[in-house]
Amino acid sequence: MAITLEHYLVVGALLLTIGLFGILLNRRNVIIILMSVELMLLSVNVNLIAFSTELGDLTGQIFALLILTVAAAEAAIGLAILVVFFRNRGNIEIEDINSMKG
Amino acid sequence: MFDFLIEKTIVFLPLIAAIVTGFADKRLGNRNAQLLTSGAMVLAALLSVWLFIQVGLNHKDAYVVPLFTWFASGDFAASWALRIDTLTAVMLVVVTVVSSIVHIYSAGYMAGDKSIPRFQAYLSLFTFAMLMLVTADNLIQLFFGWEGVGLSSYLLIGFWYHKPSANAAAMKAFIVNRVGDFGFALGIFGAFMLTGSVAFSGETGVLEVARHVDADHPLPGIFGMSFNTSITVVTALLFMGAMGKSAQFLLHTWLPDAMEGPTPVSALIHAATMVTAGVFMIARLSPLFELAPLVLDFVTVIGALTAIFAATVGLTQFDIKRVIAYSTCSQLGYMFFAAGVGAYDAAVFHLMTHAFFKALLFLGAGSVIHAMHHEQDMRKMGGIWRKVPVTYAYMWIGSLALAGIGIPFLFGPAGVGFAGFYSKDAILEAAHAAHTLTGNFAFWAGITAAFLTAFYSGRLLFLTFHGETRADKHTFDHAHESPLVMVGPLIILAIGAVVAGGVAYPWFMEGGHHGYGEAGKHAKQAAHEATFWAGSVVKDHDLIDKMHASAAWVKILPLVMAVSGLGLSAIFYLLMPNVPKQIAKTFAPIDTFFRRKWFFDEIYDFLFVRPIQSFGRFLWKVGDGGIIDRFGPNGVANASQLFARFFSSMQTGYIYHYGFVMVAGLVAIITLFLFGSGFAGQLLSGGN
Amino acid sequence: MAEIITGLTFYLFAAVTIASAVMVVGSRNAVHSVLFLILAFFTCSALFVLRGAEFVAMILVIVYVGAVAVLFLFVVMMLHVGENRLFQGVKRFGVVGVLVGVAVAVELIIVITTRAFRQDTPAVAANPATADLNVTEALGRILYTDYFLLFQMCGLVLLVAMIGAITLTLRQRDGVKKQSIPQQIERKRDEAIALRKVESGKGIG
Repeated sequence: MAITLEHYLVVGALLLTIGLFGILLNRRNVIIILMSVELMLLSVNVNLIAFSTELGDLTGQIFALLILTVAAAEAAIGLAILVVFFRNRGNIEIEDINSMKG
Repeated sequence: MFDFLIEKTIVFLPLIAAIVTGFADKRLGNRNAQLLTSGAMVLAALLSVWLFIQVGLNHKDAYVVPLFTWFASGDFAASWALRIDTLTAVMLVVVTVVSSIVHIYSAGYMAGDKSIPRFQAYLSLFTFAMLMLVTADNLIQLFFGWEGVGLSSYLLIGFWYHKPSANAAAMKAFIVNRVGDFGFALGIFGAFMLTGSVAFSGETGVLEVARHVDADHPLPGIFGMSFNTSITVVTALLFMGAMGKSAQFLLHTWLPDAMEGPTPVSALIHAATMVTAGVFMIARLSPLFELAPLVLDFVTVIGALTAIFAATVGLTQFDIKRVIAYSTCSQLGYMFFAAGVGAYDAAVFHLMTHAFFKALLFLGAGSVIHAMHHEQDMRKMGGIWRKVPVTYAYMWIGSLALAGIGIPFLFGPAGVGFAGFYSKDAILEAAHAAHTLTGNFAFWAGITAAFLTAFYSGRLLFLTFHGETRADKHTFDHAHESPLVMVGPLIILAIGAVVAGGVAYPWFMEGGHHGYGEAGKHAKQAAHEATFWAGSVVKDHDLIDKMHASAAWVKILPLVMAVSGLGLSAIFYLLMPNVPKQIAKTFAPIDTFFRRKWFFDEIYDFLFVRPIQSFGRFLWKVGDGGIIDRFGPNGVANASQLFARFFSSMQTGYIYHYGFVMVAGLVAIITLFLFGSGFAGQLLSGGN
Repeated sequence: MAEIITGLTFYLFAAVTIASAVMVVGSRNAVHSVLFLILAFFTCSALFVLRGAEFVAMILVIVYVGAVAVLFLFVVMMLHVGENRLFQGVKRFGVVGVLVGVAVAVELIIVITTRAFRQDTPAVAANPATADLNVTEALGRILYTDYFLLFQMCGLVLLVAMIGAITLTLRQRDGVKKQSIPQQIERKRDEAIALRKVESGKGIG
C-alpha cells in the first residue's frame, strides 16, 4: 500500500504523545525528562520533513536543521543544569523535588 | 425664631442646660453645674408662672407655637409644635416649680457625690422631656416626650451604676414601661387610622374630630370593626401606655424598685411628674376617651384597684421611701378613677396638689435619710423629732395634706383644709355622684384607701420621729438638721401643700372665681367656655351638677376616715408599740401577702421573666450560636478553610503533576472543540 | 513491487521507532534509556531517507546521535541514577492518565487521517526542490542566502549555550593546585626570596 503523508504524521503524533508521557509518567530521574523532550523535538522534525517532501518545499528541511541546532544547545544547557543540581543535592530523584508543596 | 420666645425658653432652656452640663462635665465643675442647671430651671419656672397667669387666669385663648415640620409623608403630617392651653400651663407650672426645687435641693443632698454634673444634667434632661410631653401638639411629639422621660428615668434610677441593684431597678423600670409603651404606640397608630390625624390642634386634629362625633356624624371603624369597637380598642391601647408610665395595678412593679435612685429623683420623677404623665395624657385626650365608655369603666376599676392595693402594701413596708412610693401609686389610682368617672378636672387638680405634698414628703424623707447617715429602714429610726425639727414640721404638713385633713362646709361648700383635702374630696364626690357600678366601687375603694393612707402616713411619722430611738448611738448622736440649701426650697412646697388646694379650688373645679354667696352660684352654672379650663379637658356638666347635689355625708366620710386612720396609728405606734407586732403575728398570712406586694414580683417572674429568659437563651445558644453562627461566619470560615486546604493539597510540588493537569486540560479543550463544533461528526461520517 | 518494499520498510522502521521511544520512557536502567534513544534517532533517520530528505537524515545521525546522545550518556554515567521498576509512572496516575494519553493520541490521529488538509497549494512552496536531484546542494544554496540571518542566529545560540554550560558548571575547588600564568609573571622579588642570616649548624628555624 502507498505510504502517504498521513502515515508519517501518525508516527510523529505517536512520538509526541510518548514524549509527553515520558515527562509526566516519569518517576525516576530528571534525565528521562530531558530525553523525552528530545523525543518530542524529534517528532516535530518528522512532521516538518514529511510536509517538506510532500509539498516540495525546502523550507521545512531548513527549519528541521535549525531545530536540530537548538535542540542540541538546549540539551547541553539542560545537562549542565542537571549536573549542578546533582552537585548541590546529591541525587536527582524526582520524588525529592517538591519544595513548592503548598 | 424670636416669636413666642417665652414658650420656647421654658421648654428648651433646660435642654441647653442639660447639654452644656452633660458634655462639659468635670471641666464645668460641681458648683457651676449646679448653678447653671438650677438657674435655668428657676428661670423656666418663673416664666411658666407668668404663662399660667396669662393663659389660665387672664383667659388668653389656647394657641399653638409652631417650631418646624417633621414628617410630611402622604396623608401623614406631623410637625414640632407647642400647644399652650390651660392644661399645658398647669402642667408647666407643676413641672418647672418642682423641678427647680429638686435641682436646688440636690446641691445639698448629692454633695460629695462623684458625678454631680452628670446628675444635674440628667435632671435637666428629664425636665426637658417632660416639658416636651406636656406641650406636645401631636401624639408623636407626646410620644417623644414619653420615651424621653422613660429614658431619663432609667438614667437617673441607675445613677449609682456601680450598684447592681440600681442597674436591675433601672432596667425593670424601663422594661415594664416598654410594655405599656408598646400598647401606647399601637394606640397612636390606631388613633391616626381612625381620625386621619395625629395633631391635637386644628379642625382636623384628633380632639376636634372626636368632639364632633355623634350619632349623626359617625366615623368609619378600622380593620373592619365598627366605630365603637375601634375607638374602644384604640383608647384601651392608649390607656395601657398610661398604666405602664403611671405604675397602675398590673404594671406597677417598677415603682417601688425605682427607689434605688437618689431621693431627689424619687421626688421629681416618681411623685410629681413622670408618673403623672399618664393622667395628663388621659386628660389631654379626654374627648377621645369620652367616646369609649367601656374603657372609662376599665380605667375606673384599675384606678380603684391600684388605690386599694398600693395602700395595703404601704402598710407593711419598713423602708421609708417605699412607703411613700406606694403612697404615690395609691394616689395615682385616685387620679385615674377620677378620670374614669369623667371628672378630668378633679384628676388634674389632685395631680397638682399631690405634686406639692408628695414632693415635700419625699424631700423631707431625703432630709431624714441624710440626717440618719443614709439609713432608710424605719425600724432603725425613732425619737429624732427634737433633732430635726424643721424636717419634722415639713413631714407633718405633707402627711396632713396627703391624708386630706380639713373641715368641710366651713366658709363655703368646699370647706377649709390642706391641699389634699380639696382634691381628694372632689374626686370622691365625683366617684359617688357618677352613680354607676364602677363609680360606686371606686368610691368605696377610695374611702378605704383614705383610711389606710392616713394610717400608714401616721405610722411613718411615729416610727421615724417618736418613741425610743432604735438607731445605734453613734448615728443618733450625729443626727442633725439638713443644710439650708436642702430645707430652704422646701418652704415653697410646704406653702403649696397647705394653701394650693384652697386657692386653686375655685378655678380648677368651678371654672373661675365667681364670688361668694348666691350670686356666685348662679354665675358658676352659667359659665361654659369662658372658664379656667376653656375646653382643654372635657367637662362633664351633668356630673358637676350631681356633685353639687351630693349628700353631706359624702363630704364628711373621707375626713372621718382620715382622722380615724391617724388616730389609730397614733394609738398603735405611740402608745402601744407592741400591738402592731402582735397583729402582724396573728394575721401572719395577710401580713406576708401585703408585705410581699401581693406576690406580684414572684408571679411576674414565673409567668414572664423566666420563660422569656429561657426563650432568649434558647435563641442565643441554639438560634444565634447553633444556626446563624454555624452557617454564617463560622460556616463561611470553615468552608473557606476547607476549600483552602483542598486547593493547597492540590499543590504537591511535583512538576509532573502540574504538567499532567495541563495536558488533561488541553485534551479537554481539544475534545470540546472537536465534538462541539460538529467537526468530528463531519470527519467520522463524511470524508474518507 | 517497489511499493510493497517501501511500505514494509516504512512499517518496520516506524515500528522500531515507536517501540524504542516507549522503551526510553519505560526502561529500568538509565543507560538503556539512552541507548534506546539512540536507536530511535537511527530509525527515524532511516524514515527520512525513505522520504528523500537524506541530508537531514545524515545530520540527524551526526549531531543528534554523535553529540547529544553521547552527552546524555556521559551525564548518565557521571550521576548516580537510581534504578526503578518498569513503567512505574502509569500506576501513579492510574486510569485517568491512560485515558488522557489515549485521548491525545487518538485526537491527533483523527485530525491527521481525515481529508482536512489542502493538498493543492503550490503557492505555498517558496523554495521548491529544484531540478537538482541533490538535496544537499539545494539546501546549501538557500541556507546561506535566504536564511542567512537564521543561520547566524543559530550560531549565536550555540555560542551562548556553550558559554552558559561552562558558566554553570565551572567551579573552583579547594585543594586543587592550578597554575595561574599571570600570577606567576607578576611575582616580585620580595615575595619570592628572603635573605636570612643563618647560624652555622642551626638551620633556618
